[in-house]
Amino acid sequence: MYNKDKINEISEKKKQWEETTLKKTLEKFPERKETFKTTYNEELKRVYTPEDIQDIDYLEDIGFPGEYPFTRGVQPTMYRGRFWTMRQYAGFATAEESNKRYKYLLEQGQTGLSVAFDLPTQIGYDSDHSMSEGEVGKVGVAIDSLKDMEILFDGIPLDKVSVSMTINSTASILLSMLIAVAEKQGVSQDKLRGTIQNDILKEYIARGTYVLPPEPSMKIIVDIFEYGSKYLPKFNLISISGYHIREAGANAVQEVAFTLADGIAYVEAAIKAGLDPNVFGKNLSFFFNAHNNFIEEIAKFRAARKLWAKLMKNKFNVTNPAALRLKFHTQTAGSTLTAQQPLNNIIRVTMQALSAVLGGTQSLHTNSYDEALGLPTELSATIALRTQQIIAYESGVTDTIDPFAGSYVIEALTKDIEEKAMNYIDKIEKMGGMVKAIEDGYVQKEILNSAYESQLAVENNEQIIVGLNKFTVEEEQKSGSILKVDPEVEERQKEKLKQLRKERDNELVKKNLLKLRNAAENNENLMPFILDAVKSYATLGEITDVLRDVYGEYHEAVIL
Amino acid sequence: MGKIRVLVGKPGLDGHDRGAKVVARALRDAGMEVIYTGIRQTPEDIVNTALEEDVNIIGLSILSGAHMKLCEKVLKLLNEKNAKIPVFLGGIIPEDDIPELKKMGIAEVFGPGTSLETIISKVKEIAGTN
Repeated sequence: MYNKDKINEISEKKKQWEETTLKKTLEKFPERKETFKTTYNEELKRVYTPEDIQDIDYLEDIGFPGEYPFTRGVQPTMYRGRFWTMRQYAGFATAEESNKRYKYLLEQGQTGLSVAFDLPTQIGYDSDHSMSEGEVGKVGVAIDSLKDMEILFDGIPLDKVSVSMTINSTASILLSMLIAVAEKQGVSQDKLRGTIQNDILKEYIARGTYVLPPEPSMKIIVDIFEYGSKYLPKFNLISISGYHIREAGANAVQEVAFTLADGIAYVEAAIKAGLDPNVFGKNLSFFFNAHNNFIEEIAKFRAARKLWAKLMKNKFNVTNPAALRLKFHTQTAGSTLTAQQPLNNIIRVTMQALSAVLGGTQSLHTNSYDEALGLPTELSATIALRTQQIIAYESGVTDTIDPFAGSYVIEALTKDIEEKAMNYIDKIEKMGGMVKAIEDGYVQKEILNSAYESQLAVENNEQIIVGLNKFTVEEEQKSGSILKVDPEVEERQKEKLKQLRKERDNELVKKNLLKLRNAAENNENLMPFILDAVKSYATLGEITDVLRDVYGEYHEAVIL
Repeated sequence: MGKIRVLVGKPGLDGHDRGAKVVARALRDAGMEVIYTGIRQTPEDIVNTALEEDVNIIGLSILSGAHMKLCEKVLKLLNEKNAKIPVFLGGIIPEDDIPELKKMGIAEVFGPGTSLETIISKVKEIAGTN
């Protein structure tokens, strides 16, 4: 962007400044810290200048919004056309209660739904399974069969509201339930808009709700891609998730690197199964974390977008621009919220959300301030949504695209994160790919090391957390009321299941489950069979049991 | 007594194990012998491992809200086996549940933001009185 002479002049001037102006000040007033660092341990410079971005070519590396390499955003008009989707992750107790919360959030101006399922639903256990004890309806809504799903979306028009479902190992079943409910509402599946998370690799790395071993899990994901590319053109068939990787302790570079490495593994698996990345590439989406370090986070989102476009183009020869674009959902960082002085979390969430917006997110969840204590109440969930609305309508940052582009530090960090993430990706490639790196425990170990280091930094007061290790108060103000799920929910859910098993056509269920088993044994695409089973009201647990039986269960190697 | 032996366990279906792992590492760095069970253990698994490994103390990590039921089960099983192993708990535990958990027999509850230093010294204290 600058000619060589200009850069030399700037370098000269900088040296002078260091020897004169700066030196005098440093002698009198030393800086707060010996070194200032990024989350990924790179030393931050005191000041960035055109020198630091002299190797960046505007047209090649930055470009224009909606064009390769999409550094400035995936759409040509970004938020001048339409704001990001405000999509609060919600769900608890039963389908009835969650349905009420969804309707409330939609009335408050939320523009998309995001369903949180309880752990038994995520791991393929019915509510009456012994492993489900104590967990039913706790961290999300309990869904045992199509019946629950019908209640969950009662009165919510699925052709108008896009639905995101955080579901992975049982994604094929929940997606089938969504298709079936839509059909009952008279909405054909090609009109469905939304996302299923469907990212099993990050479950092995960071989140733990896996069921089957990696190989059959990947096969089912490819089944979903194949089915979805044909019948669900408007649906994102995967949300490749760095969020949980970051929550587990990864730094910004690791978040980008491991997420994109997962993405590569999915693309490779799909290509191997004969799918065209120019087609299914459009239906991939991503999910990132918005953490505390404002500047670094903006750079991170830009770097991820640019790196993915390059990878898709150079590695997989993708030419369709729609399949080169990295679209992403963002959630503010739950793990940064403190139980101490919980109202401070509103400010943390605001800054994190702002970094996501400045980074060009397509969809956003803002956490509620009481989440270090329990599930959000209606009040805290409303404030979280209002935070997004204030950024959107009042802050002005949405009126021009990618407003921080060209900032010396933002561009320098964007490049730095891109390069460092690429180094990780190359390293993983050399190890035999992401599935192998996960099986070997390499990725988990890297993340744990970062998690431990950052905890030690807090312990040593190198990292300040307001209200936790500085500016603490003796008498903690607590957040007030916390939402608690009634233990009765579990009983009610079990009762519903009993009733369902009595009322449905059990012969048909048996037949459909047998067909599913045959399809699994014969390596067919499972989606049509799961869909039939779901429609006959086979339960989530029954369907998962068939898959467990055919493919076996995964048990992680414990890594410490 | 020799080295304190600690079992860090994750009962229930919750897979958020960052806290459990970080605490396990810190206890190990503090000179204890640490056995980490990994995620998704049943109360039976945890109690059996604790007995087999002859630990001095058990730490549980639960973030999903299932702590009341799961703690009750672990304590009941320990009681049935006549094992006097103290149990501490960490995770997202609402303040109002703490008195009941202590009444149940949980030795200590560590909420979010507890420093590793606090956990280490408490574990030493509890295991020492064993």
